[in-house]
Amino acid sequence: MKMNGARILVEELIHQGVEVIFGYPGGSVLNIYDELYLASDRIKHVLAAHEQGASHAADGYARASGRTGVVLATSGPGATNLVTGIANAYLDSVPMVAITGNVAVANLGKDSFQEVDIVGITQPVVKHNYMVRDIKDLQRTIIEAFEIANAGRKGPVLIDIPKDVQINEWEYVEDMKVPSVTKRRDKSVNDVDAFLEMVKKAKRPFIYAGGGAAASGAEAELLELSRRLDAPVGLSMMGLTALPASYPLNLGMCGMHGKYASIKAQSECDLLLAVGVRFSDRATGDLEEYTKKCMTVHIDIDRAEIGKNVNPDISMWGDVKEILGTLLEKMPQYEHPEWIAQIEEYKNAAVLPPTKEFGPGPIIGEVNRHYAPDTVVATDVGQHQMWVMQYYHVEKPRTLLTSGGLGTMGYGLGAAIGGCIGSGRKRTVLFTGDGSFGMNLNEMATAVSQELPITIVIFNNDVLGMVRQWQTIFYDCHYSQTILDRKTDFPALARAFGAYGFTAWTMDDLRAALEAADQAEGPVLIDCHIDMDEKVLPMIPPGRSVKDMIVKG
Amino acid sequence: MEEKFAVGLIVTNRFGVLNRIAGLYAKRCYNIDSLSVGVTENPEYSRITIVSTGDEYMRDQVVRQLEKLIDVKSVALLEPENTVFAQHMFIKMHLTGTERGSSKHQVLALINQYGGKVADFGEEHLTAEITGTAEKVESFVEKVRPFGILELSRSGDIALGLGIENTLSVEKNKEE
Repeated sequence: MKMNGARILVEELIHQGVEVIFGYPGGSVLNIYDELYLASDRIKHVLAAHEQGASHAADGYARASGRTGVVLATSGPGATNLVTGIANAYLDSVPMVAITGNVAVANLGKDSFQEVDIVGITQPVVKHNYMVRDIKDLQRTIIEAFEIANAGRKGPVLIDIPKDVQINEWEYVEDMKVPSVTKRRDKSVNDVDAFLEMVKKAKRPFIYAGGGAAASGAEAELLELSRRLDAPVGLSMMGLTALPASYPLNLGMCGMHGKYASIKAQSECDLLLAVGVRFSDRATGDLEEYTKKCMTVHIDIDRAEIGKNVNPDISMWGDVKEILGTLLEKMPQYEHPEWIAQIEEYKNAAVLPPTKEFGPGPIIGEVNRHYAPDTVVATDVGQHQMWVMQYYHVEKPRTLLTSGGLGTMGYGLGAAIGGCIGSGRKRTVLFTGDGSFGMNLNEMATAVSQELPITIVIFNNDVLGMVRQWQTIFYDCHYSQTILDRKTDFPALARAFGAYGFTAWTMDDLRAALEAADQAEGPVLIDCHIDMDEKVLPMIPPGRSVKDMIVKG
Repeated sequence: MEEKFAVGLIVTNRFGVLNRIAGLYAKRCYNIDSLSVGVTENPEYSRITIVSTGDEYMRDQVVRQLEKLIDVKSVALLEPENTVFAQHMFIKMHLTGTERGSSKHQVLALINQYGGKVADFGEEHLTAEITGTAEKVESFVEKVRPFGILELSRSGDIALGLGIENTLSVEKNKEE
C-alpha cells in the first residue's frame, strides 16, 4: 500500500511492537506528528518538557520494560537536545531508537533554519546511525535500526529523516523481511577445560558481575554459579539487579564507593570470575593492583571489551546466559568454608562511622521498607546515587534505573517517568539530590500531566555533595562553586507544577510523607534536609587500590 | 612495542562511512599514518587500507572496535610477510643552477633506477611519478631532495594479501 514517509514510519514502529514513544514536536517532524495524531489509538506519545527529558524517559522505559525505548525530536536544537540522552544509553548499553526530523534534502548542507548534522554529531555515541535521503530506504532502515539496537551488546541507533522524505510516498510492505545487518560471529567459547581446571584449583573464588549479566537475563545462572562455586559475588553498579540483595553471598557493589566486604573480597580472591563487565576505572581503581593476586576469567558479549582494560587469563566471548549455562553443565559443587568465614568477617566488620539519625542510610532504609520489592527505583547522579547503591536492597531484575557510564546529572526524573510507564504505571521512586534535580526538574510537568505515581525523594544538603566531598578530601576544602545557596522551595515548586510536596527534617516527617504519598494520584515530592558534610564511604581515591581505602568521614 | 601496522577493511560504499572509520580512530586515540580508500570490484563495497603506529594492545583493539561498526563488512590486520604494499607519488622538482643539464640528467637516471615515469616537465621543472613500498618512495624523496623539491603528493599504502585467497572476503565473514 502506498503511504507517505511519516505514515510508513508510524506503521513500522507499530509493527516493531512499539506501544509508546517519548518526544517533542517541531517544524521538521510535523508530518510525523500528524500521523501520530491519526494513529493515536494504536501508539501512544508522551510529551516531555524538553527533548533531553524525553531521551532519558525512553532510556528509563527501556531499562524497566526490557523493550526498545523510542524518542522523537525535531531537527536542529530538538536533535542536539537528545545527545546527552543518547550518549547515556550508549555508555550503559540500553536499546534505544532515536528519530529526528531534518530539513528537506534539497536544503541539507546549506545551514538552513534548524539544520544540524545530527548524524555527524551523534556518531561517537551510537551503535549506528542513518540519514534517510530516499523514501525507498525508509522502511528497511527502521527495521535495521531495531535489529541493531537489540543485537549483541545493546545500544542506541539514530534515524534522521528529512522533511520531504516524510512527505514523499512509497509502498509500505506488510511484515517486511530484510537481510540481517548485524555481525556474523557472535561467540567464541574455548578453554572450557582450562577454565574448569582453574576453578578446581581456586581456594578463594570471587564473582564480579555487571550489566552484561542483567542484560542477558542471566540472573538464575549467576545465582547457580555462585552456589556451585561457593563463591561470593560483587556487582558493578550496572549489575546490581542481576542478583537479589537478600542472597547471603551477594556482597553488593564493588569499586570506588562499593561495600567494604565486596571491595575486600575482590582484593583477596585468587580467582576473579568477571561476568558481563567492562572493568570501568570506577570499578577497578589501580589496574596494576587490581588483578595482582588472582587469576582472571572474563566473559562478555563484546569482544572489544576483552583485554581492553584488564588482560584475562581465560576469556569467553558471547551471550553471558548461554556461556554460564554451558559452564554450569560441567561444573561440580565446591565448598570453601574458610573463605566464606573470612567473607562473613568482612561483612560484619564495623569499619564505617555510624550515620546520622536522619542520614542517607536510615532515609533509604525507610523508603525501601515502605515499597514492595518490585518497585522501580531511579536515581540521579552524585552522593545520593552512591548511597542508594550501598543501602537500597535491589531484589528484582529491571528495578534500578541509574546512569552508570556517563554519570548524567538530570537523568533521574526523565528515567523515572519512562520507568513508571514501562512498568505499567506502578508507584515508582526517584532518589535525587538538590543539584541533580535542579537540572531537569521541568519534567515535573510531564509527570503531572501523565498522572504518574512517582515518589521523588530529594537529598537536600544545599551543596553539590559529591564534588564537595572531593574538594574536602583532595582540594583543601576549597568549596569552589559547590555551595548552592539557592532559596528554592522544592515542595512549593512541586505544588506549582500541580504535584504534592512535603518537607522532612526527621524520620517521622518522612514516614508521614510516605503515607500521604500512598493516597496521592500523581507525583509526590519529599524534600529531605540532610547534613552537607555526610560523605559517601568507603571511598577508594581514583586510580588507587584497596590499600588506600578511606573509611573515616 | 610500538611499530607500524596496517589494517585492511571492506566497507559499505556509502557516504559518511570514511567519517565513521576515521572517527573511531580519533575517539579511541589511535593515530593514522596513512589511509587510502577506493571502490572494489563490487561497487557495493570500498576497500580501505590504514597504516598506524602502535603496540600489540592497540593492534588488537583497533580490529575489535572496527569489527563492531555496521558498515565494516570485513576487517583484518595485514601481516607484512603475507601482504604486498605500495604507495604512489608525484614529486615536482625545481631544476636550476649552472649545471642544469647535468642535474636533470641525474634526476632522469634516478627515475629510471626507481622504475618511475616522467609525468610532466618544463624549462625549470620536472615531475616524477614513483610507485613502490613506503621505504622505496621515501628513499627517492631523500635522493632528489638536494635538487630542490617544489611539491609532492603521496598516496597512503594500498595493500593486498599474498596467495590465491581473498583475505578480506565478505562472504567468508558471513559464514563464520
